[in-house]
Amino acid sequence: MRVMVFVPADKQSEAGVMPGQELISKMMKFNEDLVKAGVMLDGQGLTPTSKAKRVRFSGSQRTVIDGPFAESKELVAGYWIWQVKSIEEAVEWLKRAPFDGGVEVTIRPIFEPTDFGKELNPELLAKDEGLRVEIQRQKMS
Amino acid sequence: MSSGATHRAIEAVWRIESARLIGALMRVVHDVGVAEDLAQEAFIAALERWPATGIPENPGAWLMTTAKNRAFDHLRQRKMRQRKHGEFQQDTAGLPPAGPDFDESVDDDVGDDLLRLIFIACHPVLSKDGRAALTLRLLGGLTTDEIARAFLVPEPTIAQRIIRAKRTLGEACVPFEMPHGLDLPTRLSSVMEVIYLIFNEGYVATNGDDWTRPELCQEALRLGRILAELLDDEAEVHGLVALMELHASRLPARTGASGKPILLLDQDRSRWDRLLLHRGLAALGRAEALKQPLGPYALQAAIAACHARTRVAAETDWTRIVALYDALVELTQSPIVELNRAVAVSMAFGPAAGLELVDALEGERALKSYHLLPSVRGDLLMKLGRHAEARVEFERAASLAQNARERTLLLARAEESRTWPSSGRPM
Repeated sequence: MRVMVFVPADKQSEAGVMPGQELISKMMKFNEDLVKAGVMLDGQGLTPTSKAKRVRFSGSQRTVIDGPFAESKELVAGYWIWQVKSIEEAVEWLKRAPFDGGVEVTIRPIFEPTDFGKELNPELLAKDEGLRVEIQRQKMS
Repeated sequence: MSSGATHRAIEAVWRIESARLIGALMRVVHDVGVAEDLAQEAFIAALERWPATGIPENPGAWLMTTAKNRAFDHLRQRKMRQRKHGEFQQDTAGLPPAGPDFDESVDDDVGDDLLRLIFIACHPVLSKDGRAALTLRLLGGLTTDEIARAFLVPEPTIAQRIIRAKRTLGEACVPFEMPHGLDLPTRLSSVMEVIYLIFNEGYVATNGDDWTRPELCQEALRLGRILAELLDDEAEVHGLVALMELHASRLPARTGASGKPILLLDQDRSRWDRLLLHRGLAALGRAEALKQPLGPYALQAAIAACHARTRVAAETDWTRIVALYDALVELTQSPIVELNRAVAVSMAFGPAAGLELVDALEGERALKSYHLLPSVRGDLLMKLGRHAEARVEFERAASLAQNARERTLLLARAEESRTWPSSGRPM
């Protein structure tokens, strides 16, 4: 299974202040360990919301809002995507991260394609089948 | 924490730590079976103590210390037994205190321990089945039951394979040192063969379950990625990882609604997993950057990359794929690869050109019971309007097919070719 791990923003990250050398170095080591374990699929830091934009959707209306955004605790400063056998494995990995100061990092399992399979209704499935047969027939002519 | 939750957490720690632990123990006791037993004892101790004490801050170190104490006991008893029988074996493992120090988990040592374990589990003296089962057990931390369900064989069968494998390693007096020099390519080849075998076992499309076949692909991918980090100057390892990442990227598009397999050219490419696709291309890039001649895995990955980079099947660069197959055929001399090449040739230069190559393969002993030979032949004959001959081929292919779903598919194609009038236009 895959999980996405969200690292929250804080006043520092929003101010574009880089973390200290020691933390950076510990974080690099943590990331290396994840790569060496074959667990790391992706991971990126996000720029402060001063560089962000938002789009609000209402009916056919689209409103564009420029950052920065105020609610720093709910903002994301970085994410990882990990390949794990269980969410418990993700938890054990995350515990090894060099975070501190009461920060809360959230792990969210990602939907598998098979999760959607169960939700698809029979009509859509039949349509899917019919379309494939039709494509195959057309290929043969 | 509920006891169920604690148990799951301890199992998660085991998954993270067990291979490293077994590798370190093996370095000392020079016996993979004993190393696993000692590691298991530490695991059991964790299951007994941690629900009460909580999971320690450094669970790896706790397990290592516990196992180390058991290892010292074991070595002491072994020395006593040897003295008793008047044996004077030069035990290269030696006894502590001067001996190897578990506490020095310098990253290099950990890497070496892991690599040594991988090489042992995949030793060519073992059967392929034995290697696969042992690898999933020692490196994946899978239970016998999980491995059995993954390979769709009874649990006792897997248990036997693992027992037999350990015994064979003991009897063959397999040295536990890191392979090097002329040995290395063969040993590495054996490792990659096992990982790829596990991957392909999982690549057959099925429904999701607790631990079933799609998860096998992920396990193989994980092992491949670990190996690529340990041996990052080996182009073929990156090639293997690239191949697996690229194939895995297609998993979401590989099965139709009723579990029907969908061929590559018919797949809805918007369902391809972009993350794995890009990882595959990146791994291939790493292989190519090493400027070594591309081996079979890297070449297959390069072929897969041709498809991966193309938005729609119709835009596929078949000429390039043919060129890659040319190189692959030369390297492997494999009739199966030649068959795949024939398909690529037919796509690049027309069905008649492909059929010529396929016909040349008719006598190949290796392809005698290979259902894809008549299947490909049937497909090419259909494209050339030779429907009656195509039907015969599809029926022949169906009779050879191992997989029930594939058989159904081939029989359906045979039936379809029957309904085509000789004018070649569909009814």
